[in-house]
Amino acid sequence: MKYVDEYRDPAKADTLIKEITRLANPLCAQRGRPVYVMEVCGGHTHSIFRYGIENMLPPSVELIHGPGCPVCVLPIGRVDDCVAIAEHENAIMTTFGDAMRVPGSKCSLLQAKSLGADVRMVYSPLDALKIARSNPDKEVVFFGLGFETTMPSTALTILKAEAEGIDNFSLFCNHITIIPTIKAVLDSEDFQVDGFLGPGHVSMVIGTRPYDFIADHYRRPVVISGFEPLDILQSLWMVLKQLDSGNPCIENQYSRVVPEDGNRAALQAINRVFELRPFFEWRGLGSIDHSGVQLNARYAAYDAEKKFALPSIAIADPKSCQCGEVLKGVIKPWQCKVYGKACTPQTPMGALMVSSEGACAAYYQYGIGPRTVVDSQPVGEHAL
Amino acid sequence: MTTLTDELPEKIRKRSGKLLVPHITLAHGGGGKAMRDLIDDVFIGAFGNPTLNTLEDQARVPLAELARLGDRLAMTTDSYVVDPIFFPGGDIGKLAICGTVNDLAVGGATPLYLTCAVIIEEGMPVETLRRIVDSMAETAQAAGVNIITGDTKVVGHGCCDKIFINTTGIGVIRQGHQLGANRARPGDRILVNGYLGDHGAAILNARGDMHLVSPIESDCAALHGLISVLLAAAPGTRFIRDATRGGMASVLNEIAEASACGIEIIEAATPIRREVKGFCEILGLDPLYLANEGKLVAVVPEAEAATALSALRAHPLGQEAADIGAVLANGRAGRVHMQTVFGGRRIVDMLVGEQLPRIC
Repeated sequence: MKYVDEYRDPAKADTLIKEITRLANPLCAQRGRPVYVMEVCGGHTHSIFRYGIENMLPPSVELIHGPGCPVCVLPIGRVDDCVAIAEHENAIMTTFGDAMRVPGSKCSLLQAKSLGADVRMVYSPLDALKIARSNPDKEVVFFGLGFETTMPSTALTILKAEAEGIDNFSLFCNHITIIPTIKAVLDSEDFQVDGFLGPGHVSMVIGTRPYDFIADHYRRPVVISGFEPLDILQSLWMVLKQLDSGNPCIENQYSRVVPEDGNRAALQAINRVFELRPFFEWRGLGSIDHSGVQLNARYAAYDAEKKFALPSIAIADPKSCQCGEVLKGVIKPWQCKVYGKACTPQTPMGALMVSSEGACAAYYQYGIGPRTVVDSQPVGEHAL
Repeated sequence: MTTLTDELPEKIRKRSGKLLVPHITLAHGGGGKAMRDLIDDVFIGAFGNPTLNTLEDQARVPLAELARLGDRLAMTTDSYVVDPIFFPGGDIGKLAICGTVNDLAVGGATPLYLTCAVIIEEGMPVETLRRIVDSMAETAQAAGVNIITGDTKVVGHGCCDKIFINTTGIGVIRQGHQLGANRARPGDRILVNGYLGDHGAAILNARGDMHLVSPIESDCAALHGLISVLLAAAPGTRFIRDATRGGMASVLNEIAEASACGIEIIEAATPIRREVKGFCEILGLDPLYLANEGKLVAVVPEAEAATALSALRAHPLGQEAADIGAVLANGRAGRVHMQTVFGGRRIVDMLVGEQLPRIC
């Protein structure tokens, strides 16, 4: 594919791996442990597993799969609220594909749909608005979730609903913000990550400046990375170069997409419609101050939490789950007590087993256990 | 003196019914004249053959004919519930014939007879039903199979999604063919007959949710001719499976599990159209798990692989055939690995649930 295959060149990957190894080995020796680099974004996690990147890296560097999958971190109570809306006789619940599988305490939206709730998969909140337009006698609710990547389209949909006077449309808002989340991870006691691969799509909206505090205050390098495999390897190499030089800063490897100041129009739409919540609950991480947004007073008429009476019961993660420790890199997925036993993609107990972007689900799908799992020999010469 | 019975003419139907209404109603499933008119006009009109035309409650097939063709009877059944019912490259009718023909053929059977049971939602335009049935007839004729018995049901509005079709197939397996997933051996090569994921991508795209203008068409095709060619070229073929729901990845996992061998495939050798790759990139789907309706995965002894590949490529349905990997001697039993285009290695596992588009 034009401008895609160029980012998947094995020869270039080989060169980068050699450079990564050269830089990581002495850093690993200094620390007496591998260099830990966290990819914050679930999209990166998916690419890392999809292309087998983790198994290409030397033992001196390890990737920690961070809290950047918005589907994974949805708390159980919020899913229960969502199901409660979906079960409402007059409601049509709409959301993105993988959000339909997130388990609540009773069931997921997919299961609610199978029991008769009107739940529809959409590719954009504008599709949900279209459904509202063509079903004036129904209350159409968009289950909005995601970081700043998906926030602008939700905000613009609310503005469009207002402009068109569509009043049978509302938002069940679960959008979350990246910066407080990274800060919460950095502030946790058992945190031991040396550098970050910054989220590409989020940064396209917010720019690179909001990350400055990570280098200034926490002395950790951040490289905003694209999603192609060569992007990820190059970003990893850039992180290691910063660690080697001892001068952490914020670098933008994904400059073909991410402007330094972000996307002004998108940020304006976000700021016009949303306000920060005092706190928001995360599956696997607990409550994080100012980490979620809600519709502000001007747009309260579009707030599903005000239109529907919801149970809104906070439900703790199962005690046996160790998602928080996995998210912070304290343990690997397969070291969790329930991984692959009580907690599998078919029966996810913890946040990270929910979506294909969750670290545990990815490990489960692409190989259980440490790297040695991919242990078969190459086929060798291909008979073509 | 003649009896009353002697005076009765031989049982032949003098009048064929004619459907004169524009839509299917519950009456067309009610067992009376409306139903007979539907069967006569739409089904017999399209499928007509001596066995079906008797309209008995069962088709009667001479055993001698079957025994002449092989030493084992193969039987399969499948139901078809696709949305939309018409899509680029095919329709539910064509699918209902090809799918069942393929399920017979991959076992090494010569497909001979099909049944056709339809469940129709009331309100379906008769012309829509005719299009589907005509498509079935045309596909069956091209595949050399006869539809010899069937059933029609009509259900109320909302009780089914337009039309559901079940086809059962009967075929005969020639002496000597022994195919099975557990017969794969280390060193065997894995062949596919062309581009993967076309059908799944075409169906998703035809639903129109993404408003993408894409030339992707379903690969819906009857593969029995291609399979005959393959088995003639590589009589030692261990296993063939059409990679329908769950895609190629699911078939490979079945082989790995049944044979207790490891499998390794090479991503760079796996044929996937650029359009399908692009479609999957947008939605965050993996084409290895997308359904196909005209693609087979074959496990062939290494010594016969080159001959088999040439034979496949010489057939219209195998022009893009590829050798995509091997059964491993030293692989992890039951595991499928992929060598990625990027030089990495990953496991290709069974799909959990259904693939859902990712949010970002």
